[in-house]
Amino acid sequence: MLIDVHAHFLHDRTPRADWRERNASRLRAGERVGITIHVASILGSWGFTSPIYFPSPGDCRYGNDYMLRLQREHPDRIRGYVAVNPNYTDHALGEIRRCLDAGMIGVKLAASRRADDPLLDPVCALAAERGVPVLQHIWQHRRRDYPGQEASDAVELGRLAARHKSVPFILAHIGGGGDWVHTLPAIRGMPNVLVDLSGSGVDGGMLEACIEAVGVERLLWGCDLTIETGWAKLRYLEHILPAADLDLVRWRNAARIFPPGAFPSD
Amino acid sequence: MRTDVNAFLGSYPFRRVPGTSPEALLAAMDRTGIDEAWVSHLPGIFWRDPAAGNPWLVETARQHPRLRPVLAMHPEIAGWETVLRSAADAGAPAVRCDPTFYGIAPAGPSMRALAAACGRAGVALMLAMRLEDGRQRHPNDHAAELPAAAVRALVRADSTVRIIVTHADRPFIEEVHFGSTPDEARRAWWDISWIWGPPEDHLETLLGTVGPARFVFGTGQPLRIPENAVAKLDLLDLAPADRAAVEAGNAAAARGG
Repeated sequence: MLIDVHAHFLHDRTPRADWRERNASRLRAGERVGITIHVASILGSWGFTSPIYFPSPGDCRYGNDYMLRLQREHPDRIRGYVAVNPNYTDHALGEIRRCLDAGMIGVKLAASRRADDPLLDPVCALAAERGVPVLQHIWQHRRRDYPGQEASDAVELGRLAARHKSVPFILAHIGGGGDWVHTLPAIRGMPNVLVDLSGSGVDGGMLEACIEAVGVERLLWGCDLTIETGWAKLRYLEHILPAADLDLVRWRNAARIFPPGAFPSD
Repeated sequence: MRTDVNAFLGSYPFRRVPGTSPEALLAAMDRTGIDEAWVSHLPGIFWRDPAAGNPWLVETARQHPRLRPVLAMHPEIAGWETVLRSAADAGAPAVRCDPTFYGIAPAGPSMRALAAACGRAGVALMLAMRLEDGRQRHPNDHAAELPAAAVRALVRADSTVRIIVTHADRPFIEEVHFGSTPDEARRAWWDISWIWGPPEDHLETLLGTVGPARFVFGTGQPLRIPENAVAKLDLLDLAPADRAAVEAGNAAAARGG
């Protein structure tokens, strides 16, 4: 079994005219790689009617509805994260309840509000109550504010994770931009923070550093926007990990933090 | 046959990178089915005289026949023409120049003179668009990325110069390719190390629009794991002849073989 914990899909109300092709390409490539389940989110309208990382409540709802539709259409291949904007607390909590009730298995927080902001506390309290993980978008070592997002880094996620110790937090795309060398020491002693290996970065030494810093029990496999980099990391891990450890990264760690029964052979 | 045109030996100044020795590179090549690698001296890119790393590189390649030396050239250090001649004598598949790392104008008179000299010598000129993702570079690593305009200017500097660009992404490649005449575009080759696969399918798109003859297999190892370049080819449905061309045949054409 192979679980991609960081996937995305598009829909008809995004800026992309090729949204169908991109969705189909992800599923086609997933078949070739051997991905059993894509755990995916949709960030509102992907910038069409509100910013990608600051989606309006209406766009969140539309994107989540489309994500639920994909999950219904592909019950053997797709699971959903409910994506919310914590600046709209009541809406966010309502969306989380609605979408988890409909079968989604996690919460996606992008970059609408800094990860250590108190506004994220009610969201995480609800994740704890419902027993689901939170996937937090991360800029590895945020040295400043970047346009278009209120990004967070591992130190900021760590502060949130320390306040919600029963919630598994997925630190997004260690290869997704920024300085991962800064990230790993920041979460070394935080057992409820897991590292998602996705992202376009395939730096030599990065995977060994992840293993050394947090151990294979806290690594999750994923692709995000580049499936070839996910496959490359998997192939590399096959050379440096024993089979049992590789299985942890491929799916067993994911099965441990997502709700029971989230995956086929779980 | 699989030729990696974009490999490095030696340490990197801005972070710890494992596997920088010739033996480690050869082991990585064995692991990923790479028969031959064109190797550059990584620390030399950051030296005031990058050519100072060439003797070690040539000697290392002499000891390891699967490694082909890509000699470094600094066109504003006197004697560079001698280095170019020695590259031809050493059987180097290409010479490289990284003007933004050297702090010289990427399309200035000295770079255009170098391109013209490479054309006359029949030696391909290799340029890296970048070495690392700009978002993760060391705070003191300020060298600009190679601009696409520079590649367009250099390919026009001489009617016979052949240029290999590594680490370029789809917008960069399209800007140069479609901003050049067909003859100019036929003298530029692009390594696949930084081109995205599915679901964005940049490589598949480029192979259809620019054509498979323009692309060469490159990894950027050991700064990047070489499995990535292999995986993106394995995700394509390339005809065997096209895949063979990308993996080795086009590199032979780029070096003038």
